Amino acid sequence: MSTINDVVIKIATVNGTGSASANGLLMKSIFRMGIPVVGKNYFPSNIQGLPTWYEIRVTGAGYKSRSNRVDVMVALNAQTYVKDMAEVTPGGWLIYDSTWPRSELLNREDITVIGIPLSKLCNESFNGVRTRILMKNVAYVGTIAALLDIDLEIIIKLLEETFAAKSHLIDSNMQAIRLGYDYAKNNFTCPLPMHVEKMDKTSNSVIMDGNTAAGLGCMYAGATVGAWYPITPSTSLMDAFRGFCSRYRVDPETGKNTYAIIQAEDELAAIGMVLGAAWNGARSFTPTSGPGISLMSEFIGFAYYAEIPTVIFNVQRTGPSTGMPTRTQQCDLLSCAYASHGDTKHVLLFPSDPGECFYMAPKAFDMAERLQTPVIVMSDLDIGMNDWIVPELEWDESYVPDRGKVLNAEQLEEMDKFYRYLDVDGDGIPYRTLPGEHPKGAFFTRGSGHTKLGTYTEDATAYQDVIDRLLIKWETARSILPKPEILYSKLNKAGIITIGSGDSACKEALDRLVVKDIGLNYCRIRSFPFSKDVAEFIEKHDVVYVVEQNRDAQLRTLLINDIEANQRKLVSLLHYNGMPINSGFVVDRILEEITKGRAA
Amino acid sequence: MSYIAKPKIMYPGRKKNNLGLTSSDYEGAVSTLCAGCGHDSVTAAIIQAVFELNIEPHMLAKMSGIGCSSKTPTYFVSQSHGFNSVHGRMPSVTTGANVANGDLMYIGVSGDGDSLSIGIGQFAHAIRRNVNMCYVIENNGVYGLTKGQFSASADIGSKPKKGEPNNQEPIDPVSTALSLGATYIARSFSGDKEQLVPLLKGALMHRGFALVDIISPCVTFNDHEGSTKSYAHTRQFYHQVIDVDYIPPAKEIKAAYAEGEAMPIEMHDGSTIVLRKVDKDYDLTSRASVFQYLREHSNAGEIMTGLLYLDESQAEMHELMENINTPLSKLPLENLNPGSNELKKLQNRYR
Repeated sequence: MSTINDVVIKIATVNGTGSASANGLLMKSIFRMGIPVVGKNYFPSNIQGLPTWYEIRVTGAGYKSRSNRVDVMVALNAQTYVKDMAEVTPGGWLIYDSTWPRSELLNREDITVIGIPLSKLCNESFNGVRTRILMKNVAYVGTIAALLDIDLEIIIKLLEETFAAKSHLIDSNMQAIRLGYDYAKNNFTCPLPMHVEKMDKTSNSVIMDGNTAAGLGCMYAGATVGAWYPITPSTSLMDAFRGFCSRYRVDPETGKNTYAIIQAEDELAAIGMVLGAAWNGARSFTPTSGPGISLMSEFIGFAYYAEIPTVIFNVQRTGPSTGMPTRTQQCDLLSCAYASHGDTKHVLLFPSDPGECFYMAPKAFDMAERLQTPVIVMSDLDIGMNDWIVPELEWDESYVPDRGKVLNAEQLEEMDKFYRYLDVDGDGIPYRTLPGEHPKGAFFTRGSGHTKLGTYTEDATAYQDVIDRLLIKWETARSILPKPEILYSKLNKAGIITIGSGDSACKEALDRLVVKDIGLNYCRIRSFPFSKDVAEFIEKHDVVYVVEQNRDAQLRTLLINDIEANQRKLVSLLHYNGMPINSGFVVDRILEEITKGRAA
Repeated sequence: MSYIAKPKIMYPGRKKNNLGLTSSDYEGAVSTLCAGCGHDSVTAAIIQAVFELNIEPHMLAKMSGIGCSSKTPTYFVSQSHGFNSVHGRMPSVTTGANVANGDLMYIGVSGDGDSLSIGIGQFAHAIRRNVNMCYVIENNGVYGLTKGQFSASADIGSKPKKGEPNNQEPIDPVSTALSLGATYIARSFSGDKEQLVPLLKGALMHRGFALVDIISPCVTFNDHEGSTKSYAHTRQFYHQVIDVDYIPPAKEIKAAYAEGEAMPIEMHDGSTIVLRKVDKDYDLTSRASVFQYLREHSNAGEIMTGLLYLDESQAEMHELMENINTPLSKLPLENLNPGSNELKKLQNRYR
């Protein structure tokens, strides 16, 4: 019996050897066959010489999360060979480089081993150590193409596009593809029972990582100032912004830039620059990760109290402390929601994939300027650095940026006197002015105690007046932030709540549980403070499984804290080992909880 | 402490500047610093400098961090926007503000604690980027608001009111700025307004990072005998290296000074700084010789003041970044957003 378009390939190599581009080629060629794919890169916090893996899940069903299966393991790293072989799902295949003999002790009876002399083939055909190593990677793509029946024409086309400027590389790469392809064809039965077949499920989609999408979103949102300090896994967000800006943000008349990127001396300076630029009316942002948030916290509190629009992208990685910088988690929910000393709380947005990273970028600027407060976009390494298939991004030409309540010179001219922190409209949001606009607009921005008129104070009532007004603004935020995605049927008494990259695994789990006659409703939260829809969702259910990727159930804590959710209903499903969450985990844990519930 | 609004007193016949404003239009709230604080004299000098420079109040941005010095922007030009940020982080806020809108004039007021301890990293990097700003350090060698701890600029042997003398090397903002590449470096004394005002004017008009380090005694915690940052000590060991006049663009100046005695230097806005050398051998355009000169004299216990280093040729931050002349904060979305068709096109790379 054959399985079509449902196979997981995992490739184990050594980092710094050029395998990343070969893996990208493989993933893209399957995508070009119209078949949905999920790519996950498990890489070390290192430049060269440590183990690295790339996992490609071919999913004709179009699921977005990783699978906890490995059907075809390409084990090219001697360091991890034993572990890699052990990981293959029974009935699967193991491909290894048969240039060197394999110890007979290292064998499994329940899998099929395919030896391809990749090094030997490449050493005979190519000169130079570096070229031979690079071509060995391309050759295994050829082998997999033969075994899975990937269209060689598509691979040729991709190589032609990639090396359009260096045509001699097209031939050598194609030669390497053929070496691996032909050897497999001549020595093994191809294709394997698990293989791919053309579909038409990707024609309106693109393959993009979340950091690229967020950088693109910032460019489209009209961001002009980006300040940052390099930190994994957020670095590629600014790289992307820089790349797009260098192409689209050079003034045609003067050849000068309509953007500024400042590599700061640390995260404290990066956020200070963002505040300074935003105070002056520029859309400014900083991408960072957990350790950066820790350093930025003082200024985040300042921006909250002085009411300065601030956009931060937190591409979360595994903590605590330095943690595992190249592994994923959703571990900064509490540290971001309540960043800084004193009574502070901050608006969070939770994109679930690169598509939402793009659309939430202008949203983040709109909300920051509307609410005059920090907005933190809570991405993570899985979304930010992995390649996802998302529907082609679209830009709504009718978009008008929400610059919030900013008084212009004419409005100021007509005013008797301007005061910075008055709640004129009753929504808790005061009016602001930009420096240089008009003499009447001047005010003093300070993090020290201030009155609603903007003056310094140590007066109990005047201080409390401003602090209480910020709570009114908090409720305004709750009402205008993106609403949760809810899938609801009256028949179901239990539900799942999740955020961000938990979405894909949870949605796949819903499908798998329905097959077992377990119907669950679904609520994917997209913002904090939580909308009243979230509170209602919890109220309507007997049990709500809160699926999140941290040890301490931070989302559950926020639910209890922010909307006084009934904590007895909230059952935590916590995945926090640094690997992206998968549907198998969600299904198993829910079945476990149901069994426990029945026993009780 | 609370906010005290200053009563506006109009004197008939008071001198007006080109904008028709009097110097009292450049005042701020009443100072809440100790009576006799050097910082209040600096505030007065800043008021005079911006008044005489005919700066539109709302085009001036007053930036500060935390400390006694950082409170002072409230005490001058109340029609200017002020940003009293967090401790030691004024330079980053000013950098970001300046990147977004270079049309404003930026004055940052900091202290020795704010700039040389908690904020030395940001101080250094603002210099490195050559942020176009006037950076004032009101330098008194102590932490005033927390009641008299030594700061990093305290000299070896300087005595506190209680306890042991300082035995650690001071960090000198002038030689630090010199080594980091600052393009306008001056030192002055809060008690010498005649010297201070033209130095501040030059610093405000200089294109690039201008440091004015001002010995500004703390009357409460560091003005006693044995302190090297007291009024008495500063007056005794104070030397002027180069005397400066600041001449605004419109005025004809060249004839006023005999050749050899004075050296006019044209600034980027067309104004002129006229240097009168007190020490004939001093070369304020050579970092190496300035460094050596200052080192020798400070080792001898002398406090060298005046415009100590100047380089008008360096590109400031906007030029280094090749930014458009229009402030980035004023560009409309249609100039920034390539539109839906381009979005469609650029995604071909991602298929």
